[in-house]
Amino acid sequence: MSATDLPTFTDEERAGQEERLRKVWTTPSGWRYWTSVNNTEIGLWYGAAAFIFMLFAGLLGLMVRVQLAVPDNSFISADLFNQAFTLHGTIMMFLFAVPIFEAIAVYLLPSMLGTRELPFPRLSAFGFWSFAIGGVFVCGSIFFNAAPNTGWFMYPPLATDKEYSGIGADIWLLGLSFIEVASIAAAVELIVGIMKCRAPGMRINMMPLFAWYLLIVAGMILFAFPPLIAGDILFEMERMFDWPFFDAARGGDPLLWQHLFWIFGHPEVYIIFLPAIAIMAMVVPTFSQRPIVGYSWIVLAAVGTGFLSFGLWVHHMFATGLPQMSLAFFSAASEAVAIPTGVQIFVFIATMLAGRVIFSVPMLFGAGGLAIFVIGGLTGVMVALVPFDWQAHDTYFIVAHLHYVLIGGMLFPVVAGIYYYYPLFDGKKLSDRFGKVSFWLMFVGFNVAFFPMHFSGLRGMPRRIFTYPAGIGWDWFNLISTIGAFVFAFGVGVVVIDVVRPKKRQPRCEQNPWNAGTLEFISEPEENWGVRSVPIITSRYPAWDQPDLIDNIKAGRYYLPDSPMGERETLVTTVLDARPVQCLRVGGTSVVTMVAAAALGGVFIALTFHWWWITIACAIVTLGAILYWLWTGTAKIPETQDYDVGLGLKLPVYASGPASVGWWAMFITMVGDGTAYASLIFGYFFYWTIHEDFTGGHAGPGAFWPMVALVLFVLAWLLMLAARSLNKANRIRATQGVLVLSTVLTLAGCGAGLAGPYLYSMDPTLFVYPAIVWVVAIWTVVHGAVAVIMQLYCLARSLSGRMTARYDMDLVNVVLYWHFMVITAVTSFAVIGLFPLLR
Amino acid sequence: MKWLREIETFWTLFTAPTVWALHFLICYVAFAVFCAKQGALALSFDTVRLALGGVTVVALGVIVLSAWLAWRQWGFGTDDPPHDAPTDEDRRKFQGFATLLLAGLSFVAVLYVSVPLLFIGACQS
Repeated sequence: MSATDLPTFTDEERAGQEERLRKVWTTPSGWRYWTSVNNTEIGLWYGAAAFIFMLFAGLLGLMVRVQLAVPDNSFISADLFNQAFTLHGTIMMFLFAVPIFEAIAVYLLPSMLGTRELPFPRLSAFGFWSFAIGGVFVCGSIFFNAAPNTGWFMYPPLATDKEYSGIGADIWLLGLSFIEVASIAAAVELIVGIMKCRAPGMRINMMPLFAWYLLIVAGMILFAFPPLIAGDILFEMERMFDWPFFDAARGGDPLLWQHLFWIFGHPEVYIIFLPAIAIMAMVVPTFSQRPIVGYSWIVLAAVGTGFLSFGLWVHHMFATGLPQMSLAFFSAASEAVAIPTGVQIFVFIATMLAGRVIFSVPMLFGAGGLAIFVIGGLTGVMVALVPFDWQAHDTYFIVAHLHYVLIGGMLFPVVAGIYYYYPLFDGKKLSDRFGKVSFWLMFVGFNVAFFPMHFSGLRGMPRRIFTYPAGIGWDWFNLISTIGAFVFAFGVGVVVIDVVRPKKRQPRCEQNPWNAGTLEFISEPEENWGVRSVPIITSRYPAWDQPDLIDNIKAGRYYLPDSPMGERETLVTTVLDARPVQCLRVGGTSVVTMVAAAALGGVFIALTFHWWWITIACAIVTLGAILYWLWTGTAKIPETQDYDVGLGLKLPVYASGPASVGWWAMFITMVGDGTAYASLIFGYFFYWTIHEDFTGGHAGPGAFWPMVALVLFVLAWLLMLAARSLNKANRIRATQGVLVLSTVLTLAGCGAGLAGPYLYSMDPTLFVYPAIVWVVAIWTVVHGAVAVIMQLYCLARSLSGRMTARYDMDLVNVVLYWHFMVITAVTSFAVIGLFPLLR
Repeated sequence: MKWLREIETFWTLFTAPTVWALHFLICYVAFAVFCAKQGALALSFDTVRLALGGVTVVALGVIVLSAWLAWRQWGFGTDDPPHDAPTDEDRRKFQGFATLLLAGLSFVAVLYVSVPLLFIGACQS
């Protein structure tokens, strides 16, 4: 569409539009400010919280370094040392590295994609509050001498030993499970947002690289976090009820935890690294003042790394005695991942060579970070080789390697991002002088701190020792490391001062201060509407290539320049070519997200202390809050079928099935859920492989009851399919009747599912076989119970006239849930009922 | 190969890496089970090795096929990247080129993972 086709509004019309938009998107004041769900507020809080957690974990790291500065030191006790390094690692990984990217993504993506909001703003808010509550709970534990103390990967049998690990391990397991909920919520938001909510015209060959990276990372979260959730469930069952999943004496195996943890843990490294590289992919073209060289190669690298990173987990377990063939497969994949990783670095170098590089502070941090990362990558190639790893395993060489990778590959690019994007917060730049000072302090301090660790590690210094005797060749290295750590910390301190110093007298910078080519700088700090109007994009670097774009956006000459119905609106577009297909109304300011997160937090916290009644009460409040949230905020029947979004285009406001964002959210959530379930089934067969007779002579659930349950679930699923068709045919009464019948069958299926293990008196504390059967059965039945709630919800929607033949999103989404439900039920009951007969 | 209709979807991008993932999983699971259950199975180490060699050949074949389809989608390389024009055609060519690159990476990665099949001769030596 050429500029002449765009409408022109009079000043009065524009003022009216702006007033209405401002009113709709306003952020409340007073305490209600915290009920905001705007992506800019949520992103800011999320990022600030993650940053504060990082500073706290940094202080813990300094405590560790002070203790190790000299031999035979007694600065802190051995137990506090254990708590300090465990919490340091845990916070950095779970409360900083992953959440900071969820924060940056939530903040930047809407404007970068030229859209107004992500599709589920309330989900973002819910994720933030879950994260904040869980984070404070986990961090706070150290002030009560109750922090986890068994290392950030919580290996049993040390971490399952209640005498040693106290309540700390429970705080870790439950606190972090809660935070993982937030991560999965973010994954749903980001995938649907990037795929379905881009500005019209922004085809996938024109998407900003940041969005490509975040899309891959969100997909990785879906497959990486659920195995850890499954592991957490097994772990907590062992700690709470003595089910022996990791107790070798009763048939369990600590290695299963290592598998589940690292299936999460290794992809997580890339979940952290890719978004940081994504920031670089935005910064490098801007300061080279040219488009990136090799856009497709970056997509190759992002997707390739995303996949390969799932074939690396056993390289954390080279010393556990697995078959050499297995080790070799993982070693090979670990070497292969160097290829896409290297491609990205070369793309950046090529872009810089092809352009004229402006060496600003963000570039300094970016380039310095990459240099550090490359060194970490090279030691990574070394430790990916099994024989070398056997020498370096569990020594300070590994500590050096992981800090080089994570600080170079993540922290430095994040600081680059802070300097680059700070003008979005209040229209002012951070100081160049502060930036340069902090960079050199951080860069030099980092290398002084961590390079000597390679040598202390090669000289045999193990990780996690709280002190060491003098004269065995480690003294100087440790002292130098500690000095470096403080220089590094001063550098971080300078960044903090630069961010928080008052900037009232500093003049405002231009809106696009670095002359970036992508759209994130169209977001105006004073306005909450994201973009004034949703533009049509025709270039990878629209701010460079589309003259007058910014002016036209601001003049409201594109889509959705107004909000006549007083609703928060954004566009939904097609996946490949970004053709507008729906006007989506998103949720506004609400307290319900906070209530739901606080109540869910209550569930996890009460569980930690075994306060069963409070747990149940909080669970009921959570369920109530979520139901209220859905009932009042989703699948509303609109006042009109076709809604004028501007430029002569009319779009539906309501969509159902794969065309709707809700369907996608359900699908993505269930993929994550299915991954957690697959991890439990992996556990079942894992126990089968390690024992001659994996039942240990204990009774199984028989075949009869599992088969009954299987048939009932299949029938219930068929009825759900029938309900969907009947509803579409406008046979509302019949739909309601079938829903009731399906609910009854589901309840019966749940009963039959538990009947097998119950009637055969399987005692889960005696041996691992009954325990894993119970877990699989309970998992399935809990999903059945959720299905019942959904069925009753649909029934209630139908009875109240909120779900009709045309407006059937609720039912279609529930049927989608049922597809996953029936796969789960058939697999579970076939495995626990039939597999023991086959062996 | 006219019978292979061109499919307009986002997901073809992931074909080759998915084949890599399946190949990797099959290799890992096969040897994990074989090495744990050697006594109970009437299979020799070399049989498993050969079978996995066959799986490798199939995996490489599927990747080559996906690469050929991608090459076709890319217009057999008649046009150079960056493919950044706002047209259906450039979008399709971008998809083809990116898919082709991923097929290349996946091919190499499958070869990497199959190297141990050649050089390691026992579960534990």
